[in-house]
Amino acid sequence: MSGRSVVIVASGGANTASLVYAFERLGVRAALSADPAEIRDASHVILPGVGAALDAMRRLRESGLDRLIARLPQPVLGICLGMQLLFDASAEGPTPCLGVLPGRVERLGAGPDRPVPHIGWNTLERRADSPLLEGLRAGDRAYFVHSYAAPVADATIATTEYGAPFSACVQRDRFFGVQFHPERSAAVGARVLANFLGVR
Amino acid sequence: MRDGRVVKGVRFRDHRDVGDILALAGRYRDDGADELVFYDIGASPDGRTVDRGWVERVARLLDIPFCVAGGIRSVADAEAILAAGADKVSVNSPALAEPGLIDALARRFGSQCVVVGIDSETAGGDYRVQQYTGDPRRSRDADRRTLDWIREAVERGAGEIVLNCMASDGVRRGYDLVQLRAARDACSVPLVASGGAGAAAHFAEVFRDAHVDAALAASVFHSGQIAIPALKAGLAAEGIEVRRE
Repeated sequence: MSGRSVVIVASGGANTASLVYAFERLGVRAALSADPAEIRDASHVILPGVGAALDAMRRLRESGLDRLIARLPQPVLGICLGMQLLFDASAEGPTPCLGVLPGRVERLGAGPDRPVPHIGWNTLERRADSPLLEGLRAGDRAYFVHSYAAPVADATIATTEYGAPFSACVQRDRFFGVQFHPERSAAVGARVLANFLGVR
Repeated sequence: MRDGRVVKGVRFRDHRDVGDILALAGRYRDDGADELVFYDIGASPDGRTVDRGWVERVARLLDIPFCVAGGIRSVADAEAILAAGADKVSVNSPALAEPGLIDALARRFGSQCVVVGIDSETAGGDYRVQQYTGDPRRSRDADRRTLDWIREAVERGAGEIVLNCMASDGVRRGYDLVQLRAARDACSVPLVASGGAGAAAHFAEVFRDAHVDAALAASVFHSGQIAIPALKAGLAAEGIEVRRE
């Protein structure tokens, strides 16, 4: 996959290495960077995120990356917390987020057989066609680890159910987001990452 | 794990070599394991941290989540392992020595990265936490009740509990369903059953009767006695939801 320069936004999360390796397995070198010029020049931008929304937004604001990311013209993929940051706001903090997608991220409701965090391999249910979901089949599972989730909204292209349905994948124009971890979702995850790299 | 090799004991003793880390990790990935856990069993008793080199090699190879346990005593220890590509760290003996470690890890990395492993013995009609179980000479009672420790660990920010029922470990007679049921009631985060798997039926019963979120096993997979694809097919046939390719 030549001609692509993938930049993973270095937003302070600890485990971006697994993302770098996931792209390596696709034959693509992804660079980790917090440099605005490098991010602006990338063909594809990944907004990762593990940790808390409030801290992540604070770090993005301090470096001025919040405004940059929200205005990027190239394909952007938010992963896990990175997807949540694309929304208007998160209950985790609470904190305002990037405002690329309307809506507010809420805490998952715990239940007797439904511990939070939600950790597991869950099925994706397609709600709309998107290049991101190309080649995925009904019943395909992805690996989730999260305590917060985005509600089902206009941008939702796939949902997953945990007590209630939430947004598993979102897209608005060239902003994409996945609540699961594609870098740890076996063949399904690799397909989603490859699909994203196919978006021009 | 010990010195770059995978080893497995019986009731935490008499460990035998079962193979190379990367070869086994690749095999389990291809067989459809949903997550791998690597225990550096010598790390805590020896007072050393897991070597980071193999974590990175495993992270490059695997496209499923994995957790690293053994000798993680500080936020810096955990950071090195997570930065090398592990998805979660699991703390056991050091968290018993300094419970604030759980809070610190959860604050820094989020609860979803923080697993608390608990080795539990049945004694006098109660369940008791054991410490430094990686070394039979140092293994000792941690002076805590298992169910109390589960609640405390969750309160401090553990995102997952792996409960290893020591009396069952490596002997393949089934998970300790009674203890796991009690743990389930005490545990509001994902609970992973460990110790005792010896037949496919043991997996079905631990999901059905103890409502655990995952079942961990080592001996039966290392020996080839249970093949993961067949195990999952059997679970699915019994109406238990599992991931299959």
